[in-house]
Amino acid sequence: MATAFGDDSGARGPARGDALGRWIGHHPIAALVIAVAVIFVLWLVLAPWPVAFEDVFGKKRLFINALFNGITLGGLYFLVATGFTLIFGLMRNVNLAHGSLYLFGGYMGYEAGEWTGSWLFGFVIAFISCAVVGMAMQFLIFRRMEGQDLRQTLVTLGLSIIFSDLMVWVWGGNAVQIDTPDYLAGPIPTPIVVAVKSSGDAIFLQYPRARLVIFAAAVVIGIGMWLALNRTRIGVMIRAGVDDRDMLSVLGYRVQLLFILVFAFGAGLAGTAGIVGGTFTSISLGEDTHFLLASLQVVIVGGMGSIPGAALGAVIIGCAEQFGQTYFQNYATVLTFVIMVIVLALRPQGLLGRR
Amino acid sequence: MALLQSTQSAPIGVGVQRDGALSQWASRHAAILLLGAVLVFLPAVANDFIFVQVVGWAMILGIIALSLMFLAGYGGMVSLAQMTVAGVSGYMITVFGASSLPAISLFWPWWVAAPIAIVIAVAFGTLTGVLSSRTEGIYTIMITLAIAAAFFYLTLQNWPIFNGFAGFTTIPAPIAFGINWKHPVPLYYLILFFAALSYAGVVYISRTPFGLALQGVRDNPRRMEAIGYNVTAHRVAAYAFAALLAAIGGILMVWLNNQISPGSAGIEATIDLLVIAVVGGLGHPIGAFIGAIIYVILRTFALDSLVAIGLDGRRFQTLIGLCFLVIVLFSPDGVIGLWRRLSARARSTGGRERH
Repeated sequence: MATAFGDDSGARGPARGDALGRWIGHHPIAALVIAVAVIFVLWLVLAPWPVAFEDVFGKKRLFINALFNGITLGGLYFLVATGFTLIFGLMRNVNLAHGSLYLFGGYMGYEAGEWTGSWLFGFVIAFISCAVVGMAMQFLIFRRMEGQDLRQTLVTLGLSIIFSDLMVWVWGGNAVQIDTPDYLAGPIPTPIVVAVKSSGDAIFLQYPRARLVIFAAAVVIGIGMWLALNRTRIGVMIRAGVDDRDMLSVLGYRVQLLFILVFAFGAGLAGTAGIVGGTFTSISLGEDTHFLLASLQVVIVGGMGSIPGAALGAVIIGCAEQFGQTYFQNYATVLTFVIMVIVLALRPQGLLGRR
Repeated sequence: MALLQSTQSAPIGVGVQRDGALSQWASRHAAILLLGAVLVFLPAVANDFIFVQVVGWAMILGIIALSLMFLAGYGGMVSLAQMTVAGVSGYMITVFGASSLPAISLFWPWWVAAPIAIVIAVAFGTLTGVLSSRTEGIYTIMITLAIAAAFFYLTLQNWPIFNGFAGFTTIPAPIAFGINWKHPVPLYYLILFFAALSYAGVVYISRTPFGLALQGVRDNPRRMEAIGYNVTAHRVAAYAFAALLAAIGGILMVWLNNQISPGSAGIEATIDLLVIAVVGGLGHPIGAFIGAIIYVILRTFALDSLVAIGLDGRRFQTLIGLCFLVIVLFSPDGVIGLWRRLSARARSTGGRERH
């Protein structure tokens, strides 16, 4: 199964504008439905809701908060899942220790922050420490069992058991909260109306600055990765490796080095996501499985081995989780599960995956 | 998937020498007969704790691990949802049968509740099979792990049916045919009966045309498809049969433990089950039970023995993880494979001595 990193229509360049028109021409009804849905969502977000509408669907404030939380959570999920999907796409290695790397990064960032008092320095430490662990895993273990994907997966499982137990040993079972730095603390006003007072004044949404900044950072990282994969030499090597690893090594490229680099990068990204998660909420025992599950769902929905797919899947899963918790608390996980089932039934390779 | 291919047990050849007498059959199965005799007479010599909490518990885990072994060893599908299937049937028997929560439990008699629980669990397991059969190979692990995790979080969040993190307690085994199955000795024989039945069932199925076709699907699905077999139907049927085993194990698990909570079918339990199956060996049905008894003995006595050699008893999970890693790295076909290699070596050196 070949997998897509990035949009391969990029190669066709000038034809891209026509591609959308052609797609609409081929699928007029689907295009109409999508257009109506987009307009409806825009209306939901931008317009103040009529009273009758609020009676049925609840306060707009709830909806907007769930939407914002969902999208920013999607940003966090993207950071975690993108390393997972990169490693899987290139090395066929389902890294079940990915959640442990997330947790480890969070703890290391917390320690660095406590030690130096700098939030940003924590990211450097988390990235480096997780990247080193990832490199060690690839260099010491997975290199020796290349092509045996089930065995590699079992090894990652064994490692995740050991890692999580050792982390309990060192950091205990209590939740650790990473403090938001002062320059990111507090809410900022947004131009979105959540309600209208009886006097006619509009109330605007206040949203935590840290979450918006981190989401913006995730978008920047995503775009940067897309550019790196589609516009640089190493990106070409990675994409070629995804499509045909053996051919790439026959052509004289140092595939093992590439594997170590990608593993280090993916693990490091998971580590930095640990700090983000620790800042959003907290990090504690059990968060490793939570984020492993999130990564699995994101890549199953978005498409296995595809980075745009990881972005799409992350936003879908993040929103589904938040809307589930807001509107039907007892069955919140069922919503993500149903999304997964629908995607598997209609497109087993994931929304943006490629067979 | 070298791990699975190395697990060939060639059951086709077993039936060839059927012309032999009973004694020949007995000598070939001496180990199993001896084991059976020991298990039957165990309650006479051991105390309640040993034969229920250690051997009985190991046999229940063995039944559930056997369902995983059946799927992985004969079908080539490593499903991590088997503990979840057991959890579904365990929860359903408390919902339809008796527990300390009259608000949820329906208190139907066991001969109604148990079949309903099994039917629901088998339906769930079959649905899992339908979903994961949409993709192949390593994806099965990802999808089934996502399903298992989704069920865990559902039981944790859902109060109307699953009673949240508290779960159910005081779930008595039934009183049937004038025997109180809650007492250790009847419960032990009940478990032994179903363990033997499951073992014999798997051995029998593996030699039927269906079982042989399933092994064909494992080794080369494309060729089986070309011969005219319905590959997906065989896979889904295997999931259904495995779910039946897991469902029986789930009900016994609830009756033995007298409680069920999200942790009973949680992610840790799911992973432990895979550890059991892999450590025992996926090559032969007995591997599931060997893995289970090793696991239960470690779990029961590791704490004391770790402390005895001067280590922290709480590092039990690390010990389990290390055992698992050693097995995966050095004997991918588990204890069974280790045993086969050792006995083969003993035979070859023995042969050399005779010359």
